[in-house]
Amino acid sequence: MSTKKVVLVACGTGIATSTVVSDALEKMAKENNIQVEIIQCKVTEVPAYESRANLLVTTTIVSKTYPFPIINARAFLTGIGLDKLKEQILEELKK
Amino acid sequence: MSDVNFDETLVLKNIEGENSSDILKCMATNLYKKGFVKESYAEAVIAREKKFATGLPTGSYGVAIPHTDIEHVNQSAISIGILKKPVDFVIMGEETEKISVKLVFMLAMHDCHSQLSMLQSLMEIFQDEEVLTYLATEESEVKIKDEVVKKLNLSIVRGGE
Repeated sequence: MSTKKVVLVACGTGIATSTVVSDALEKMAKENNIQVEIIQCKVTEVPAYESRANLLVTTTIVSKTYPFPIINARAFLTGIGLDKLKEQILEELKK
Repeated sequence: MSDVNFDETLVLKNIEGENSSDILKCMATNLYKKGFVKESYAEAVIAREKKFATGLPTGSYGVAIPHTDIEHVNQSAISIGILKKPVDFVIMGEETEKISVKLVFMLAMHDCHSQLSMLQSLMEIFQDEEVLTYLATEESEVKIKDEVVKKLNLSIVRGGE
Protein backbone atom coordinates (compact mmCIF):
# COMPACT_ATOMS: atom_id res chain seq x y z
CA MET A 1 0.00 0.00 0.00
CA SER A 2 1.19 3.48 -0.78
CA THR A 3 1.95 6.05 1.90
CA LYS A 4 -0.80 8.10 3.44
CA LYS A 5 -2.01 10.87 1.15
CA VAL A 6 -2.59 14.32 2.51
CA VAL A 7 -5.77 15.83 1.11
CA LEU A 8 -6.72 19.45 1.67
CA VAL A 9 -10.41 20.25 1.67
CA ALA A 10 -10.98 23.95 1.28
CA CYS A 11 -13.88 26.36 0.98
CA GLY A 12 -14.24 30.09 1.48
CA THR A 13 -14.91 30.04 5.20
CA GLY A 14 -13.60 26.58 6.13
CA ILE A 15 -16.83 25.85 8.01
CA ALA A 16 -19.71 24.95 5.73
CA THR A 17 -19.19 23.21 2.43
CA SER A 18 -15.73 21.90 3.36
CA THR A 19 -17.33 20.16 6.35
CA VAL A 20 -19.68 18.26 4.06
CA VAL A 21 -16.94 17.46 1.56
CA SER A 22 -14.49 16.29 4.26
CA ASP A 23 -17.01 13.86 5.61
CA ALA A 24 -17.82 12.50 2.15
CA LEU A 25 -14.12 12.06 1.41
CA GLU A 26 -13.49 10.29 4.67
CA LYS A 27 -16.27 7.80 3.95
CA MET A 28 -15.01 7.31 0.43
CA ALA A 29 -11.47 6.59 1.60
CA LYS A 30 -12.72 4.13 4.18
CA GLU A 31 -14.88 2.28 1.68
CA ASN A 32 -11.90 1.92 -0.61
CA ASN A 33 -9.40 1.08 2.13
CA ILE A 34 -7.28 4.09 1.36
CA GLN A 35 -5.39 5.84 4.13
CA VAL A 36 -5.75 9.59 3.95
CA GLU A 37 -5.08 12.54 6.17
CA ILE A 38 -7.78 15.12 5.55
CA ILE A 39 -7.07 18.72 6.44
CA GLN A 40 -10.05 21.05 6.33
CA CYS A 41 -9.22 24.72 5.84
CA LYS A 42 -10.07 28.01 4.23
CA VAL A 43 -8.86 28.36 0.68
CA THR A 44 -6.63 31.23 1.87
CA GLU A 45 -4.88 28.81 4.24
CA VAL A 46 -3.90 26.36 1.52
CA PRO A 47 -0.40 27.82 0.98
CA ALA A 48 0.53 26.85 4.55
CA TYR A 49 0.14 23.17 3.58
CA GLU A 50 1.71 23.45 0.16
CA SER A 51 4.74 21.31 0.94
CA ARG A 52 2.73 18.51 2.62
CA ALA A 53 -0.37 18.10 0.50
CA ASN A 54 -0.96 15.63 -2.34
CA LEU A 55 -4.32 16.89 -3.45
CA LEU A 56 -6.65 19.86 -3.05
CA VAL A 57 -10.39 19.25 -3.13
CA THR A 58 -12.31 22.50 -3.09
CA THR A 59 -15.69 24.13 -3.62
CA THR A 60 -14.30 27.55 -4.52
CA ILE A 61 -12.13 29.12 -7.17
CA VAL A 62 -8.43 28.64 -6.63
CA SER A 63 -6.52 31.48 -8.23
CA LYS A 64 -3.02 30.29 -7.33
CA THR A 65 -1.24 27.37 -8.88
CA TYR A 66 0.04 24.57 -6.69
CA PRO A 67 2.31 21.56 -7.18
CA PHE A 68 -0.63 19.20 -6.54
CA PRO A 69 -3.82 18.60 -8.51
CA ILE A 70 -6.96 20.58 -7.71
CA ILE A 71 -10.38 18.98 -7.97
CA ASN A 72 -13.70 20.87 -7.87
CA ALA A 73 -15.95 19.17 -5.32
CA ARG A 74 -19.25 20.85 -6.06
CA ALA A 75 -20.80 17.54 -7.04
CA PHE A 76 -20.64 16.43 -3.38
CA LEU A 77 -23.15 19.20 -2.70
CA THR A 78 -25.42 18.94 -5.72
CA GLY A 79 -25.15 15.26 -6.59
CA ILE A 80 -24.78 16.29 -10.23
CA GLY A 81 -21.76 14.49 -11.70
CA LEU A 82 -21.00 12.77 -8.40
CA ASP A 83 -19.85 9.43 -9.83
CA LYS A 84 -17.36 11.13 -12.08
CA LEU A 85 -16.04 13.24 -9.24
CA LYS A 86 -15.55 10.21 -6.99
CA GLU A 87 -13.73 8.42 -9.77
CA GLN A 88 -11.46 11.40 -10.31
CA ILE A 89 -10.58 11.64 -6.62
CA LEU A 90 -10.01 7.90 -6.25
CA GLU A 91 -7.67 7.96 -9.18
CA GLU A 92 -5.56 10.62 -7.48
CA LEU A 93 -5.61 8.83 -4.14
CA LYS A 94 -4.49 5.57 -5.68
CA LYS A 95 -1.50 7.12 -7.41
CA MET B 1 -25.47 18.68 17.62
CA SER B 2 -25.91 22.28 18.58
CA ASP B 3 -29.14 24.12 18.13
CA VAL B 4 -30.06 26.05 15.05
CA ASN B 5 -32.57 28.87 15.22
CA PHE B 6 -35.30 28.54 12.67
CA ASP B 7 -38.98 29.36 12.52
CA GLU B 8 -41.54 30.72 10.08
CA THR B 9 -40.32 34.29 10.60
CA LEU B 10 -37.07 33.19 8.98
CA VAL B 11 -38.98 31.99 5.92
CA LEU B 12 -39.18 34.98 3.61
CA LYS B 13 -41.64 34.55 0.76
CA ASN B 14 -41.79 36.59 -2.42
CA ILE B 15 -38.71 38.66 -1.71
CA GLU B 16 -37.61 40.87 -4.54
CA GLY B 17 -34.36 42.37 -5.68
CA GLU B 18 -32.44 43.49 -8.71
CA ASN B 19 -29.51 41.26 -7.93
CA SER B 20 -28.09 38.80 -5.44
CA SER B 21 -26.78 41.55 -3.15
CA ASP B 22 -30.31 42.98 -2.72
CA ILE B 23 -31.61 39.57 -1.72
CA LEU B 24 -28.73 38.94 0.68
CA LYS B 25 -29.23 42.34 2.28
CA CYS B 26 -32.92 41.72 2.81
CA MET B 27 -32.38 38.30 4.39
CA ALA B 28 -29.41 39.41 6.50
CA THR B 29 -31.33 42.41 7.81
CA ASN B 30 -34.08 40.10 9.03
CA LEU B 31 -31.53 37.89 10.80
CA TYR B 32 -29.98 40.99 12.36
CA LYS B 33 -33.34 42.30 13.60
CA LYS B 34 -33.86 39.01 15.37
CA GLY B 35 -30.46 39.24 16.99
CA PHE B 36 -28.97 36.11 15.42
CA VAL B 37 -26.24 37.97 13.57
CA LYS B 38 -24.20 41.09 14.14
CA GLU B 39 -24.65 44.28 12.19
CA SER B 40 -21.49 43.40 10.24
CA TYR B 41 -23.02 40.18 8.91
CA ALA B 42 -24.91 41.73 5.96
CA GLU B 43 -21.87 43.40 4.51
CA ALA B 44 -19.70 40.36 5.21
CA VAL B 45 -22.07 37.91 3.55
CA ILE B 46 -22.40 40.14 0.47
CA ALA B 47 -18.63 40.56 0.21
CA ARG B 48 -18.06 36.85 0.61
CA GLU B 49 -20.62 35.99 -2.04
CA LYS B 50 -18.67 38.16 -4.48
CA LYS B 51 -15.42 36.42 -3.63
CA PHE B 52 -16.68 32.88 -3.03
CA ALA B 53 -19.95 32.40 -4.84
CA THR B 54 -22.53 29.96 -3.47
CA GLY B 55 -24.98 29.36 -6.31
CA LEU B 56 -25.72 25.67 -6.88
CA PRO B 57 -27.41 24.12 -9.89
CA THR B 58 -29.99 21.47 -9.06
CA GLY B 59 -32.34 19.33 -11.11
CA SER B 60 -35.03 22.02 -10.87
CA TYR B 61 -34.79 25.35 -9.04
CA GLY B 62 -31.41 26.99 -8.68
CA VAL B 63 -30.36 27.43 -5.04
CA ALA B 64 -27.73 29.41 -3.16
CA ILE B 65 -26.25 28.93 0.30
CA PRO B 66 -24.76 32.29 1.28
CA HIS B 67 -22.83 32.33 4.55
CA THR B 68 -19.80 33.99 6.06
CA ASP B 69 -17.27 33.84 8.87
CA ILE B 70 -18.42 32.88 12.35
CA GLU B 71 -17.33 36.16 13.97
CA HIS B 72 -20.34 37.92 12.42
CA VAL B 73 -22.81 35.52 13.99
CA ASN B 74 -24.35 35.55 17.49
CA GLN B 75 -26.36 32.33 17.31
CA SER B 76 -26.59 29.72 14.58
CA ALA B 77 -29.64 30.19 12.42
CA ILE B 78 -30.94 29.36 8.99
CA SER B 79 -33.16 31.56 6.87
CA ILE B 80 -34.93 30.65 3.66
CA GLY B 81 -35.71 33.17 0.96
CA ILE B 82 -38.15 32.31 -1.80
CA LEU B 83 -37.67 34.83 -4.57
CA LYS B 84 -40.59 36.35 -6.40
CA LYS B 85 -38.43 36.45 -9.51
CA PRO B 86 -35.22 34.45 -9.66
CA VAL B 87 -31.95 36.41 -9.67
CA ASP B 88 -28.56 35.30 -10.90
CA PHE B 89 -25.92 34.01 -8.52
CA VAL B 90 -22.47 32.97 -9.64
CA ILE B 91 -22.05 29.21 -9.36
CA MET B 92 -19.86 27.96 -6.54
CA GLY B 93 -16.34 27.33 -7.77
CA GLU B 94 -16.84 29.20 -11.04
CA GLU B 95 -15.41 32.56 -12.11
CA THR B 96 -18.38 33.98 -13.98
CA GLU B 97 -20.83 31.22 -14.84
CA LYS B 98 -24.21 31.99 -13.29
CA ILE B 99 -27.32 30.17 -12.23
CA SER B 100 -30.81 31.61 -11.90
CA VAL B 101 -31.69 31.18 -8.22
CA LYS B 102 -35.21 30.79 -6.82
CA LEU B 103 -34.39 29.50 -3.32
CA VAL B 104 -31.81 31.03 -1.00
CA PHE B 105 -30.75 29.19 2.14
CA MET B 106 -28.84 31.69 4.23
CA LEU B 107 -26.68 30.05 6.84
CA ALA B 108 -25.58 31.88 9.94
CA MET B 109 -23.04 29.53 11.45
CA HIS B 110 -21.74 30.16 14.91
CA ASP B 111 -19.44 27.24 15.51
CA CYS B 112 -17.15 25.42 13.21
CA HIS B 113 -17.89 21.76 12.88
CA SER B 114 -21.10 21.03 14.70
CA GLN B 115 -23.53 21.43 11.83
CA LEU B 116 -22.44 18.53 9.67
CA SER B 117 -25.67 16.55 9.76
CA MET B 118 -27.75 19.68 9.15
CA LEU B 119 -25.59 20.60 6.18
CA GLN B 120 -25.73 17.07 4.80
CA SER B 121 -29.52 17.05 5.05
CA LEU B 122 -29.60 20.42 3.32
CA MET B 123 -27.60 18.99 0.42
CA GLU B 124 -30.09 16.13 0.27
CA ILE B 125 -32.88 18.66 -0.15
CA PHE B 126 -30.99 20.11 -3.12
CA GLN B 127 -31.04 16.68 -4.73
CA ASP B 128 -34.75 16.19 -4.14
CA GLU B 129 -36.79 17.92 -6.82
CA GLU B 130 -40.08 17.24 -5.09
CA VAL B 131 -39.02 19.04 -1.94
CA LEU B 132 -37.51 21.93 -3.89
CA THR B 133 -40.74 22.34 -5.82
CA TYR B 134 -42.74 22.28 -2.59
CA LEU B 135 -40.55 24.97 -1.03
CA ALA B 136 -40.70 27.11 -4.16
CA THR B 137 -44.45 26.97 -4.60
CA GLU B 138 -46.08 26.48 -1.17
CA GLU B 139 -47.86 29.61 0.05
CA SER B 140 -47.73 29.05 3.79
CA GLU B 141 -44.55 30.02 5.62
CA VAL B 142 -45.51 27.70 8.46
CA LYS B 143 -45.83 24.72 6.13
CA ILE B 144 -42.50 25.54 4.53
CA LYS B 145 -40.96 25.78 7.98
CA ASP B 146 -42.45 22.41 8.98
CA GLU B 147 -41.12 20.72 5.86
CA VAL B 148 -37.62 22.09 6.37
CA VAL B 149 -37.58 21.19 10.06
CA LYS B 150 -38.57 17.65 9.14
CA LYS B 151 -36.01 17.34 6.37
CA LEU B 152 -33.16 18.86 8.35
CA ASN B 153 -33.98 17.09 11.61
CA LEU B 154 -33.53 20.41 13.31
CA SER B 155 -33.46 20.68 17.04
CA ILE B 156 -35.23 23.95 17.30
CA VAL B 157 -34.44 26.54 19.91
CA ARG B 158 -37.59 28.51 19.34
CA GLY B 159 -40.57 28.32 17.08
CA GLY B 160 -42.14 25.18 18.51
CA GLU B 161 -41.60 21.54 17.66
